[in-house]
Amino acid sequence: MENRQTLNRQLAQMLKGGVIMDVTTPEQARIAEAAGACAVMALERIPADIRAAGGVSRMSDPKMIKGIQKAVSIPVMAKCRIGHFVEAQILEAIEIDYIDESEVLSPADDIYHINKHLFKVPFVCGARNIGEALRRINEGATMIRTKGEPGTGDVIQAVRHMRKMQSEIRHIASMVEDELYEAAKQLEVPYNLLKQVHDEGRLPVVNFAAGGIATPADAALMMQLGAEGVFVGSGIFKSGDPKRRAEAIVKAVTNYQNAKIVAELSEDLGEAMVGINEQEIKVIMEGRGI
Amino acid sequence: MRRIRHRVAVLALQGAFIEHELMLQKLGVESFEVRNLSDWMGDKDALILPGGESTAMARIMKDEGLIEPIKMSIAQGLPVMGTCAGCILLASKAIEADGSINNMERIGTMDITVQRNAYGRQLGSFITAQNLLGIGCNIPLTFIRAPYIKGKGENVEILASVDDRIVVAREGNQLALTFHPELTDDTRIHQYFLSMI
Repeated sequence: MENRQTLNRQLAQMLKGGVIMDVTTPEQARIAEAAGACAVMALERIPADIRAAGGVSRMSDPKMIKGIQKAVSIPVMAKCRIGHFVEAQILEAIEIDYIDESEVLSPADDIYHINKHLFKVPFVCGARNIGEALRRINEGATMIRTKGEPGTGDVIQAVRHMRKMQSEIRHIASMVEDELYEAAKQLEVPYNLLKQVHDEGRLPVVNFAAGGIATPADAALMMQLGAEGVFVGSGIFKSGDPKRRAEAIVKAVTNYQNAKIVAELSEDLGEAMVGINEQEIKVIMEGRGI
Repeated sequence: MRRIRHRVAVLALQGAFIEHELMLQKLGVESFEVRNLSDWMGDKDALILPGGESTAMARIMKDEGLIEPIKMSIAQGLPVMGTCAGCILLASKAIEADGSINNMERIGTMDITVQRNAYGRQLGSFITAQNLLGIGCNIPLTFIRAPYIKGKGENVEILASVDDRIVVAREGNQLALTFHPELTDDTRIHQYFLSMI
């Protein structure tokens, strides 16, 4: 199992500097791959539609996921509900490359997350702060992403979560040992993981940005704030010209420090996803699974 | 004035390029990131094509106009090392998991045929150790959704195989590895590559 954890963390390292796109059909998956996505997230409904439809949202039909696995050569991820380890077992059985134990779906358990150490396939989990991130890593997650507020096209929560995480990491890195013991207690996280953050000045696993990213500028913003790559959910296939927008976001992530290039990429993209402001939404997903 | 220290270009479009930079740093070698055509113009003694997603890298490379200039430099003798996805970018021919030919535009300067995703999905990823011809004994090898080298031209030398599948090959100034030397603490492969300068 030791090797599996290592290999699973390392697969996330290979995704760095890349864009992971939500897709609902093999056709969309092919568009994403051709645009330069480093992986796709297969799901029946993108977050904006989950939000619009309301009701209970579950793991996607395995048949639909398999169709997407067949359509592309890049890694295919899929979501299961928080705490729903049988959905995770199903995704492992169809050899998914990464499972997202996701707050975008309706949580199946309001106390326990999945014991991810029991699985061979890797897990990515959402986090709003260092406490959530280290608890998920302790449970076996090998990749972290900000929660953001999915399906809104509003980047504010992703920014908030990334800024919070980076500022906490800087603070932890500056602590003396005595303070680390107390911080572990306060944050409700294992000391050894906190010590690792202190020693290395970063999370022990790769950290992506997710939730509300809709433009090349949003993606470059998240990268400049310290994300190692981005997830784009509704932002692409809810926009006027998905193909063009997908390509532009991929290149903005590569050249995130070059404003001239990001400016060129931002031209003529057609209509962005309409989006909803955080004050206008009814279901707050970021509070699920802490 | 001639530079005494080596300077290595690392393709930084997507993937695990920072890991290669850290490896070079450990060896006291300077490196710089290539994200676009103007970066590529920098002085360099060698080039590393990192691991990541080859389709993503190939797509960005093509749009940035990087393929032709890189091809030209390799033809003129610039030492190049491709790891995993980087190996696919170097290969003249790539075959998909379903047996079809991969048509993406890439560098393609090395006379090898690679089989993509040769060990299946992430569940097929593995770690082993192996002796590499002329490089060293018992070197840790990390294979992640890895390809293998299925065929090769007559000028290509095989440096290592795992389970009868070629995993390291060299053709003059080009070195292709189907695994990730940048993910271990072992610097011998990078040292070997630097000796090709």
